Amino acid sequence: MHSYLTIENAAVVFNTKKGPYTAITDIDLAVEEGEFIALIGHSGCGKSTLLNLVAGLLEPTRGALLLKEREIRGPGPDRAMVFQSHSLLPWLTCYGNVYLAVERVFGAREPKRQLKARTEAALALVHLEHALHKYPHEISGGMKQRVGIARALAMEPKVLLMDEPFGALDALTRASLQDELMRIVAQTGATVLMVTHDVDEAVLLADRIVMMTNGPAATIGEVLTVDLPRPRDRLALAEDLHYHRLRHAVLEFLYSKQLKRAA
Amino acid sequence: MSAVTLNEERLQDVLRSPQTEPLPAAEALPAQRPRVTPWLATERGRAFGAAVGRVFKASLAPVLGLALFLLLWQLISVSSREPSLPGPAATWEAARLLFADPFYDNGPNDQGIGWNILHSLYRVGVGFGLAAAIGIPLGFLIGRFAFLSGMAAPIIALLRPVSPLAWLPIGLYVFKETEPASLWVIFISSIWPMILNTAAGVARVPQEYLNVARVLDLSEWKVFTRILLPSALPQVLTGVRLSIGVAWLVIVAAEMLTGGSGLGFWVWDEWNNLNVAHILIAIFIVGIVGLVLEQTLLLLARRFDYAT
Repeated sequence: MHSYLTIENAAVVFNTKKGPYTAITDIDLAVEEGEFIALIGHSGCGKSTLLNLVAGLLEPTRGALLLKEREIRGPGPDRAMVFQSHSLLPWLTCYGNVYLAVERVFGAREPKRQLKARTEAALALVHLEHALHKYPHEISGGMKQRVGIARALAMEPKVLLMDEPFGALDALTRASLQDELMRIVAQTGATVLMVTHDVDEAVLLADRIVMMTNGPAATIGEVLTVDLPRPRDRLALAEDLHYHRLRHAVLEFLYSKQLKRAA
Repeated sequence: MSAVTLNEERLQDVLRSPQTEPLPAAEALPAQRPRVTPWLATERGRAFGAAVGRVFKASLAPVLGLALFLLLWQLISVSSREPSLPGPAATWEAARLLFADPFYDNGPNDQGIGWNILHSLYRVGVGFGLAAAIGIPLGFLIGRFAFLSGMAAPIIALLRPVSPLAWLPIGLYVFKETEPASLWVIFISSIWPMILNTAAGVARVPQEYLNVARVLDLSEWKVFTRILLPSALPQVLTGVRLSIGVAWLVIVAAEMLTGGSGLGFWVWDEWNNLNVAHILIAIFIVGIVGLVLEQTLLLLARRFDYAT
């Protein structure tokens, strides 16, 4: 019996002009249903490679990935992705962007009325019911990212993959979106795999933080369990000693154990 | 002299006046006769003035250019040997007569200018329409599948630089008739910009959007209608615009050779009649219709240019 999402001894080797380049190797990770995993590490450590592996955008050179006992082969709508660059289609409205995903997943077995309701519900979940018919260039960066999250959640994926989803946002917008994400995850019980390089974000959001060593041939260095009770409140945590101990553990891994050699 | 006298009188008036303090008088004056602000000094008036100024500035250069062009034309017409080239005035007079009755029909070789324009437009429409119907889908396939692109590349590289009229004998030989031959020339010479621009537009769809398609695992049809088509549309329309320009260039030449009807035929016919004013008019008509076609497509392209 495997876990909900199992990554076994996975490795990705790219063929480059200078010969084979091992991006990640010996990755073993078991994720339970409803768990929130943060992947953290210095840039170039292959955390996005690992995420793309789960998304099916990349194939492992060695090893295997199982989702609900089934091997991951290629991309599929059971693993929804939130991209850093929101990746909304500019010729579709917010509604149209979400509807495209809803139609793909549920279009074959549900009537149009229900697809419409699903789309509207997803956009209401991220508080965008007032911007249904706006085009991406008409809304702010934070709103675009919320549409991206709505698009991913509307598919009711088995795993929600997030590739530095708030990386391009300003600090205030990022904080409010983190709070919304916590509320949504609590509400939907989603299983999340999130790449981040923000230590505070990782400790605030995750159940476990997977810390990766530096590339090439990056692998999982340490896994830290974040046993802070939920719901978490960023203001209360700021004075919580345990929160600071956890934060310090991540920082220590990143800056004293894995300090970039040629930084 | 009189002005000075007037001033002296006024001065004496002021001196004689019992009021020695000028201040209340000066204050009373505007109250009695309120000064009306001139309309051009109001906010709307000034905006109107500025707009007129802008239009004047923007049109100054084109108007001067056209004036210089007419002047050169007149100079050439005056200085050329007899029979001289018709000048602007003579051409204008001929055009007025010509357009007084554009749709007369005295048999197949003597039709009004309106008919000839419509014949040319019809041929361009059919030839270009066929080219679009085949060229745009072909461009999509070439842009989407690298193998097809490799297959098509040598053929396109070889055939694209061929001068349009070189295709005419082939058309005449294959179709045995002039009408389909001229359509064929339009078709084959206007298809290349559409194939190439469509293929480039499809090949340059941002990876970001294709990743969305991959993660959603969209069907090839959905990828086409929701991602490739809208993303490549601006460049497809650029191809269409270039193609219609080529088609319009080629039709006049093709009709000169095939005859029968159309602007090209008309030019050749009037050359045989030595009606040079009509040839000049034809040049203007070709230019103006080409301009209208181009501007219409530019407007259409602007409609589909998405801000990202």
